[in-house]
Formats: sequence, structure tokens, C-alpha cells
Amino acid sequence: MHLSTADVEHIAHLARLALTPEEVEQYRRQLSAILDYFETLKQVDTSAVPPTATVLPLRTVMRQDAVRPGLSTEDALANAPDREDGYFRVPAVFGED
Amino acid sequence: MPQRYYPVIGMEVHAQLQTASKMFCGCSADYWEAPPNTHVCPVCLGMPGVLPVINAHAVEQTVRTGLALNCRIARFSVFARKNYHYPDLPKGYQISQYELPLCRDGWLTIVGDDGQPKRIGIRRAHLEEDTGKSLHVDGHSLIDLNRAGVPLLEIVTEADMASAEEAYRYLVKLRTILRTLGVNSGDMEKGAMRCEVNLSLRTAEQAARGEYGVKVEIKNLNSFKAVRDSIAYEIARQTAVLEAGGRVEQVTMGWDENRRRTVLQRTKESSEDYRYFPEPDLPPLELSPEWIQRVAATLPELPDARAARFTADYGLTPRDAGILTAERAVADWFEQAVQAYGGPPREVANWITGPLFAILRGRAEARGEGDEEDQAERTEGGDIASLPIGPADLAALIKLVDAGVVNRNTGKRVLEEMVATGRPAAAIVEAQGLAQVSDESGLAQVVDAVLAANPGEVAKYRAGKTSVLGWFMGQVMRETRGKANPDVVRRLLSQRLDG
Ligand SMILES: [Zn+2]
Repeated sequence: MHLSTADVEHIAHLARLALTPEEVEQYRRQLSAILDYFETLKQVDTSAVPPTATVLPLRTVMRQDAVRPGLSTEDALANAPDREDGYFRVPAVFGED
Repeated sequence: MPQRYYPVIGMEVHAQLQTASKMFCGCSADYWEAPPNTHVCPVCLGMPGVLPVINAHAVEQTVRTGLALNCRIARFSVFARKNYHYPDLPKGYQISQYELPLCRDGWLTIVGDDGQPKRIGIRRAHLEEDTGKSLHVDGHSLIDLNRAGVPLLEIVTEADMASAEEAYRYLVKLRTILRTLGVNSGDMEKGAMRCEVNLSLRTAEQAARGEYGVKVEIKNLNSFKAVRDSIAYEIARQTAVLEAGGRVEQVTMGWDENRRRTVLQRTKESSEDYRYFPEPDLPPLELSPEWIQRVAATLPELPDARAARFTADYGLTPRDAGILTAERAVADWFEQAVQAYGGPPREVANWITGPLFAILRGRAEARGEGDEEDQAERTEGGDIASLPIGPADLAALIKLVDAGVVNRNTGKRVLEEMVATGRPAAAIVEAQGLAQVSDESGLAQVVDAVLAANPGEVAKYRAGKTSVLGWFMGQVMRETRGKANPDVVRRLLSQRLDG
């Protein structure tokens, strides 16, 4: 499976990662190799195995609808690079796609 | 003749579920007017190393809604990650459902544009979490995550609606059902219900071939009126494009309330790539038929069933039954009044949908809520519980009319006075001397005086223009300040004019 430079740049954009051209090339080769390995896995006959969404034996883990105390605003904002009046303060998000 | 284009409309509604805590953590879901970032914890802040746990009540509310919307409830459903980046989404993904939602293949019934019942298909209803809120101030954004993680039910229709009016009626009906179930407040102004519309136009030939036109999405519709107006606007816009020989682009539009037009938000090229995959932090949900049965047993009587009962048991017209069941408070009020009254329920229905609703509209206008927008947000009579009188008071008034103590027109005036003062009907009739005059000799004097004063009209009547009788009735009513018993007056007039 050969990924193009454009594929890697698209994936990097979706993950909001800024990559240098060298990194794009490095990841292009690594990701291609990973996908190649899936080509190997695809050779296993799974026609009798139902698809699954989980590998855990757990099902239907739920909790009662009860309010529990969370964090104080001070703790919640403790790691925020910027804040204002109890809010997280971030660069303008208008105009983004 | 210009080509005719037929709209094909589908809708997505996001409805916040009324739970105490959030979808995947124990933070309070009551974020409204709470100071920013006071209902937050490591789970809903998306901190590393935490695990979400499903709120059982939210699942139950979703299943109840699915059952009320005639959906198939999935015995096995799976949560999924929807990946995108936005500051109000702390994890960088929203936990939602994708391939295996909780509810699918349902329907609800509206009145179609032809006046007949019409089924609107429900493709799916699934559970997800709300995002936080962004406040855009000059040059930067402020983020409040109190709303992040509030349980959200997404209800997706088939593209079964054919006009702005049908879409509007779908939304009203859906809100009535959600409120009857008690799963959602229906408060669109507070964002408890949010809508997205998808819309395309096609010709009759395209429809015959099973083809569709290019689909346009309209997002950020936060009022019933915005839904109706934006659809009407888009239909007109796309029709104009097609009539000019142009092509409709596949885009996402927003609704600009101030300029009253749709505005381009996104083109197809920049459409999102969400990379859904099964949520590894949440085991699948497996619901037993017994559990679903138990939930089904908690469903209240739904508006359609109640309307059917009103027609069958009370002899109401389907139209009146529909009006009286659109709001649960009105239906309850009506049934209590019927019980207190004991006479024909139709009589009670007429008093409520006629004079009482007129008074409620007047009160809304007096509160400054009279404009079209406010009325659109409200189902008729929705504020009935705010009246200073109760169902038994209306029943007492109708009994006075039945007994001939006041005539029907005076009864309407008494009702206005009851609502204005909160006093019972009998006290108002007594205090204002409104009791109907049925006394024959007294009324005969008035009738004779009216006839004597209008010899010309009498002659017209005798010459065959019998419609003058109504005019004489009006004169006598005016002389008696509306209190005369109309049956007695009519008889006295006939005796004199025909005799
Ligand atoms: Zn939380």
C-alpha cells in the first residue's frame, strides 16, 4: 500500500500536526509499511468470524444518573495556558473550516 | 409554462435529554446560567487517563423516545468516536453512535399539506454528548465546558417532508412528543432543541425516475421560525437558480436571522472527515427484551393516542382533538373541565379552542409576545396553566350558559372578566347585573319599542325581506346590553311581525 505525500499531509491536517517535508516523507514510509502489514493480515480467512467493535468481554456497563462533585474552576483551569473570568481563553476560532 | 420543482426535505434534531448528570460523568447537566467551568471534571474536560461511564437514565430516555417514535430498538448498539478539532470539544472527538445506533426505522404522523395524516420516517435516533460553549469576543474565544458532555439525542428523519410547513409541523409534533415523555424541555431559545435541515429540489420527471436533486444543508436553526423561514428561502433561492438554467451546488448554509437569508458556510470540497471508529473506552450496550419491555411500560399516553381517544370518547372532531392534544397541559385542563362540567365534552372543547384561546392570545400580546416569532415558538394554549382560573371555573360558567342565566355572548364577556380578575363566573354575573333577561313581559316592551321606532324596517320585513329579523335581534340586544335571552326575543319578534 503506497501512501502519497498528499495523503500524509491530509492526515496531518486532520490531526492538526505541522510536519516538516522530512517528517512527511518519514511518516509516509512508516504508515505505508503499517498498511502493508494489514495486507498480510487480510490473508487470514475471517469469513466465519463475526465483526466486532470490541475485544473486551464487558457489556452494558452503566452508572446511575447521580450528580457527583467535579473539579473546582480553579483546578479545572490550572493547566490552561490562558484564561479569563473563569473561561479558557483560546485564539479566535472564527473562519476555521 | 415554467418547470415545477418539488422540495425533498429531511431534518436532524439534537435534543438535550433531561438528566441530572452528564452522559459519561457525574457532573451536573444543569448548565444553564451556571458560572463558567463550574460543572466540570477530568472526564468531561478530556484529561488523560480517565474513563467515561454511560448514564443509564440517558439510555432509558433514548429508548423511551425511540419506542414513542415507533422505532426498532437495537438489542446491541455501539458508541463511536467522531473525530474533529474545535476548542469546545476538549477530547478532540465527540462520543456518538454511528453504525449501530440505539433506535432506527420509526415514524411519527403529521398533518400533510393535503390535510391528510402523513407519516414522516425516522431513520435513526442515537445518543451522543453535547459540546461546550464558545463565546467569541474580539480577537479570541472564551470556552465554557459546563455543557460539554450533556446527553444529546440526535433524531434523523427520512427525506419525507415536502414543504416548509410540513417541516414546521414535524418539529412541533416532535417537540410535543418529547415533552410528553418528559425527556426534553423543548426550549429552543435555550438550545435544548437544535435543528439542521437538508433540502433538495427535483422535477416530477426526476421523482418518477427515483432521482434526487443536489442536497443543500442548513445548519444552526435555533427556532421554529428559523426552520420555516430558512426552508422557504432556500426553496425560492434554488428554484431561481434552476429556472435560470444554473446548477445548485452541494453546500452547507447557515441562517442569518438579521438579514433573513441563508449564507454559505462550507463547500463540499472542505467537507468534514470524521474518521468514525468504535469507542474503545465503552463496552457495547446489550439491552434485553425484558428491559426494553419494562421501559415500554413507562410510556405515557402519547398525543396521537390521546387525540384518538378524544374523538372516540368525547365525540370531538379530529381537528379539535389535534388542537387540544398538541400541548399536554391543555389536554389535561380540557379533561378536568369535562369532568367538572358533566355535559357534552364538545361544548367544553368549543369554549377552550374559541373564547379561551382568544383570551390567551390577547394576554401573550399584552406581555409583548405577540409578534409572529413568539407565536411560532408556542403551541396554542401552552400557557394555559398560567391562568388565574381553573378547569372547574370554566365548567361553572358553561353551566350558567346552559341554565340560561347568561347568554353565550355575555358568557364570553364573563370569561374575559374571570381571567382578568380570577373571580368565579357567578360572582361576576351577580356583581355586574349580567344575568340574562328571559322575562317575557319586560322583553315584549323592548321589542314593541324597537318595532315602533322602525316602521320602515317592519315594512321591509312584511314585504318579504325576512333577513331584517337579524337586524331587529341586534337592536333588542343593544337595548338590553346583550342580556336578552335570544330565544325569547326571536319568538316575540316573530309573533309580532308574522302575526
Ligand atoms: Zn464531568
